[in-house]
Amino acid sequence: MKISIDNSFCKGCEICLAVCPKNVYGISKKRNSYGSAMPEAIMESECIACRLCERLCPDAAINVEEERK
Amino acid sequence: MNRLMERYLRRDALPTLFCPGCGNGIVQYAAIAAIDNLGIRPDTACVSGIGCSSWIPCYFNMDVMHTTHGRALAFAQGLKLAQPDKKVLVFTGDGDCLAIGGNHLLHACKRNIDITVILVNNHIYGMTGGQKSPATPESAVTKTSPWGAYDEPIQGAETAMSLGATYVARWTTAHPVQLQKSIEAGIKHKGFSLIEVISQCPTQSGKSVYGSKDPAFIMNYLKESSYVYKEGMDEPQGKIKCGVLIHDNDRSEYIERMEARMNQFRSAKPVKVKNSKEIENTRSVER
Repeated sequence: MKISIDNSFCKGCEICLAVCPKNVYGISKKRNSYGSAMPEAIMESECIACRLCERLCPDAAINVEEERK
Repeated sequence: MNRLMERYLRRDALPTLFCPGCGNGIVQYAAIAAIDNLGIRPDTACVSGIGCSSWIPCYFNMDVMHTTHGRALAFAQGLKLAQPDKKVLVFTGDGDCLAIGGNHLLHACKRNIDITVILVNNHIYGMTGGQKSPATPESAVTKTSPWGAYDEPIQGAETAMSLGATYVARWTTAHPVQLQKSIEAGIKHKGFSLIEVISQCPTQSGKSVYGSKDPAFIMNYLKESSYVYKEGMDEPQGKIKCGVLIHDNDRSEYIERMEARMNQFRSAKPVKVKNSKEIENTRSVER
């Protein structure tokens, strides 16, 4: 699974941290263009591609791509 | 950026003007996913009024009309009558649709015209600074109700049902998949369909209604304080009633009724009307 978060769209609302059932996300030290702390996919291997974060991100910043083996 | 949204949004207008954690972005994704799933992008026209929620379709890279306050439904009905093959989607808020546009909601529901309305209810006037709206719950302290609101709130979905809408559903932003399916069903449904979405406004209603400005907390609250309605179930008190509340395919649609009435006149013998040349000729003879 490949999770990318666009720093020019993320506004740092932290909904993705709360809704992820596998706790994939964590707060990173990176800053987005608004100046608030950005989430980061720290446990990308745990992701089950439920795409709740994609759906619930209000700013369309998150993209989850399934890697085909 | 999300691949689906990238295809449908205007990149030059982004990022959106919504506050961090606003529920409008979630409704935006659900609407786009529904349009993409049905494959009706060229046939869709979106109409919106004034307010935060009315900015949802303004970022869509398709036919969009941003109209006056409360009159989105009036414009949408005109558009639907002029181009009946278009699928018309209306995005309004609680202040836009229930307060100033209540009259238009009444008539659109009664006519049963084939329009899909997505009513984003955030319980407050968010854009103008947190004034009390008709949907504000009781005892909420807002800018215009400093001692707590004492009006009974207007329930958008129940109002539309009582006025005669034929597809009515209610979801919260914590139910994104169900919301998308309801929008799809509403677009497919032949008749007036209204989908009410209880949304969070972390900036204004977070302060005055929910008591926390954390969007994740509000969404969790919405999820826990709602139940999915099924026919014949015991309804718990004090909780938000979610689900498809009515789905009635029996009532006739407005444009069908209009066409049927017009055909009566078309089949009748046409009345001879003088054209301008004949009128001139008669005048010259008179002279």
